This record gives sequence, C-alpha cells and structure tokens, in this order.
Amino acid sequence: MNLLEVERLNRAFGGQTALHDISFNVGKGQRLGIIGRSGAGKSTLLRCLSGLDRPQSGKILLEGEDMATLPEARLVVLRRRIGLVFQHFNLLTSRTVAANVALPLEIAGMPKALRSKRVAELLELVGLADHASKYPAMLSGGQKQRIGIARALAAHPALLLCDEATSALDPETTESILALLADINQVLGLTIVFITHEMDVVRRLAQQVLVLEKGRIVARGTPADILDANQMAAILPPNLSQTPQDGSHAIVRLTVGTQALCAPLLHTLEQQCQARFALLHTLPSPEGDGQVDVVVQADGLSVSTMNALQAHACAAEVIGYVPAHS
Amino acid sequence: MSRLILDLLWRATTETLEMVLASGLLAVAGGLPLAVLLVLTSPAGLYPLPLLSRILGGIVDAVRAVPFIILLVLLIPFTRLLVGTALGTTAAIVPLSIAAIPYFARIAEVSLREVDTGLVDAVRAMGGTRWMVVRYVLLPESLPGLISGFTVTLVTLVGASAMAGAIGAGGLGDLAIRYGYQRFNTTVMFGVVAVLVVLVMLLQGAGNFLAQYLRHTRPERRV
Repeated sequence: MNLLEVERLNRAFGGQTALHDISFNVGKGQRLGIIGRSGAGKSTLLRCLSGLDRPQSGKILLEGEDMATLPEARLVVLRRRIGLVFQHFNLLTSRTVAANVALPLEIAGMPKALRSKRVAELLELVGLADHASKYPAMLSGGQKQRIGIARALAAHPALLLCDEATSALDPETTESILALLADINQVLGLTIVFITHEMDVVRRLAQQVLVLEKGRIVARGTPADILDANQMAAILPPNLSQTPQDGSHAIVRLTVGTQALCAPLLHTLEQQCQARFALLHTLPSPEGDGQVDVVVQADGLSVSTMNALQAHACAAEVIGYVPAHS
Repeated sequence: MSRLILDLLWRATTETLEMVLASGLLAVAGGLPLAVLLVLTSPAGLYPLPLLSRILGGIVDAVRAVPFIILLVLLIPFTRLLVGTALGTTAAIVPLSIAAIPYFARIAEVSLREVDTGLVDAVRAMGGTRWMVVRYVLLPESLPGLISGFTVTLVTLVGASAMAGAIGAGGLGDLAIRYGYQRFNTTVMFGVVAVLVVLVMLLQGAGNFLAQYLRHTRPERRV
C-alpha cells in the first residue's frame, strides 16, 4: 500500500481555483518533489497534505486515513504522523534549541525523561549537539533549518513534508541541507515530499517529480525527464514539426562528453557526415555530470549521416524538423 | 524639606504604588484573557466567532471612550457596592482596574496579533490543539511585547491614579492637589512631581530591561 494517496483533490478560494483534480501516490521511503512557479498552487497543496487546510473535494489518504474528511479532533492526532519543515524555519524564539525540538514530543505527551533523551539523539543526528541551550536567534540560517528538520523528525513521523526548505538559504547551505535530507531518507527510510521552485533542488533530491502549473499537474516523471522536457521546450524553434518535409532541416540532439567540446566538434562532424551543421544550443545533459547535450540544425541529413553521428557521440536523436528557410 | 513633608510624600507614594500595582495586576488578570479571546474569535482567528468578537470589541471600545475622570464619577455607585465606600485607596482600585482592563486588552491584542502565523502553523502541524497554540506560541512568543504593554499600562495608571486623587483616593495626586494646589505649598508640589518622574522612569526602565531580556536575541543586536 502507498503511504500517501491523493485522489482528485480540488481546492478553490472564493471561486478562484487553486488546485484542480490533483492525483498522485507516494510509496513508503520515496522522495517526491513538487515543482512549480509561485502561484502554481504548491503551498495550497502542501497545506492540504499537512492537514492545515481542507480540500473541497477529493481524498488525501495517509496510511489509509482520509485527512480531507477526518473530524478535527482526529485530524489533530493524525498531524503528529507528519513532520513539516518550513522555508522560514518557524522556530519559537521564546524556547531554546532543545525545547524547540522537544515541542512535538511535549504535544504528543511524552514523559520528560524520554523527551530529553530523544532530543539529544536528534541534535546529534543534525550535527548541532553543542547548541542545545542556545536560542534560535543566535543561530545561522542553515543551523536553524537543521533544528527545523530535527523538530520535524522528533515524533517519528511517517511522512516528512518540506515547504521550500532551502529557498531562504545560500547555495552552500542548501547543499548541506539537501545532503542531510537525502541521508535521513536513506538511513531512516523516511518518505519525503517536498515543494520547491528550484529545478536544482528537484534534480538533487527527487526520485519522482510533479510539475504544477495553475493548480494542475502538467507533467510527472523522473527529474531527468522533467528537466529535459523543460530545457528543450525553452530552446526549440516554435515552427518545429515531427515529420520531415521536402528540403527541411533536422534538429538533432547529440550527447557528448565534455572533453568533446574542446575539439573542433562541428568541423569533424561535417567532414565525416557530409552534412552541414548549425549550432543551436548546448546544455548540461540530464544523463548526468560530465556530459553535455549539443543541439544542432543539420542540413542534408541521411541515414548514413545519422549512423556517423551516433558513432561519434554518446547518443544522437532527431528531435524534429524545421523548414529550410528558417 | 521638613520631616513632616517627607512623611507625607512617603505615605502618598506607597498609596500610589498600591493603587497602581493592584489595578495593574487586575488589568492583566482581566485584560489578557480578553485579548486572547479577541484574537481567537476574530474572523481570521483560530476559533472564529465573529459576533462574539464584535460584541467584546464594542464593549472594550465603549469603556475606553469614556474619559477617566467621568468614569470615576460614573462608577461611584458600583464602587460603593463592591467595597462599601467610594473614598480612599482601595476604592480607587475599582475604577482604575475597570479603565485599565480594556486598555491593556487592546495593547495585548496588538502583541498577540504580531506573533508570526508561521509559528501557529508549526504547532498546529505538529498536532497541537488550539489551547496548545495559545500556551506554547501566542503567550510565550508575545511575552516581550506583553511586558512592554504592561509597562505602558502601569505608567498610564500612575497618571490616572493622580486623577483619582482629585476625588479623594489618596496618593500622590491627592497630596499635590490638597497641599500643592489648594495651600500653595510649592515644595510639596515639586516633591510630588519629582517622585512621579522617578517612579515612571524606574517602571519604564525595569519594563524595557525585562522585555529585552526575554527577546533572546543576540546581545549586539539589542537596540
């Protein structure tokens, strides 16, 4: 059974649709990223998933219990199964670091002795054991987010929700927080659902991605698929067609190693393939580091040219055709 | 300054302190729950009851609209009913508290509303009840603001208690009017003013220190 099942979720604010027919599943131990621009409905979706807001229709099944229709008193208890990490940390300024981490345990009614043992364990996990008696205002952003994560993990949640958890942090700190989250996922086997507007975060952390646009899921797949589709959509000419016409030029994507860019790549190709190439774009390959996608427009493409290209590059793929005069 | 005047000043000061502290504590006891209720029941609050919120707000504003000197007179029958007399220090605590409760309630309401809603979300998302939100978030997070607001209330009460002195409440106001004004005793007048200035400065200083201490920010950021 899936840990989280969302079925045909709808949420509107005064006639304005925020979420439309959202359905997806998250298996136990998975890492799902939800990406979208601001206003796409990410925050609304996350508020529904964390039980802070209720959808107008649809189901949100967490371990089989429907958060959309559960009575408030039972929902309060079910929320303890979810850990929430915030963009702006939302630590209580009136409590020390240790007391902040202990709060979910206090709420769940854990006895004090057990509580302090668990807090010590969590602070150790996030690497801030020696900051227990400090107040949040004395910590850096990255440290605050580590405390936020420790707090979210405190009551042994079944699901960790992250709301733009790295958006308020600098690139280096982002890196370390993402590493911590990946670590937690692997070591504790904890399911993570996170929303972000940063493609980079999705690429590093997600196993599966949902792309949200105007309250709808417009794409889903692995980060590589989504990245690829996104990047290609941005650079391809608008008059691209899928079938060749008389005298049309082919748009070809070549995946090559980065060292190939140091050689006269297009010149070599032209000599070997008896075709002419115009360079349209180069971009980092979704296949991984050390590889680059080179998008070229080929004039006079034949089967033998394609064979030659495939021999020369790691991969060569015809994306479409454009009329010759363009 | 003669020994007699010093004695008078000392007695008047303790009377003023008694009035201010007693009505200040009653203002918190009545005003803080009222403020929490106003915040919780407001339309965007955790327990929206807009009608109750509007009625409470109306009462608060109505009491605050009455000038204190008029409230003093208006409340004389009520004070008699409660303490048996309308004269003296104890009697003055009644109108002072009734004026201070809505005053502090509004000030406290502002502090409570300034608490970051993200913190409320955080505790609700942890599975906290509304009561836990009040206990773990609203009250502790607004405490520095509440202390500052309490200080402002106390200083206002020092002024109001002097006004109560005009209708026989005792304290520094009474002393200033009877000796300083009616008997043209400038020494007493200046003495009273000096004591009031020192009193207000001490109250404000202590309030500021405590509020800042409770903010738990970096020392270098203290302004």
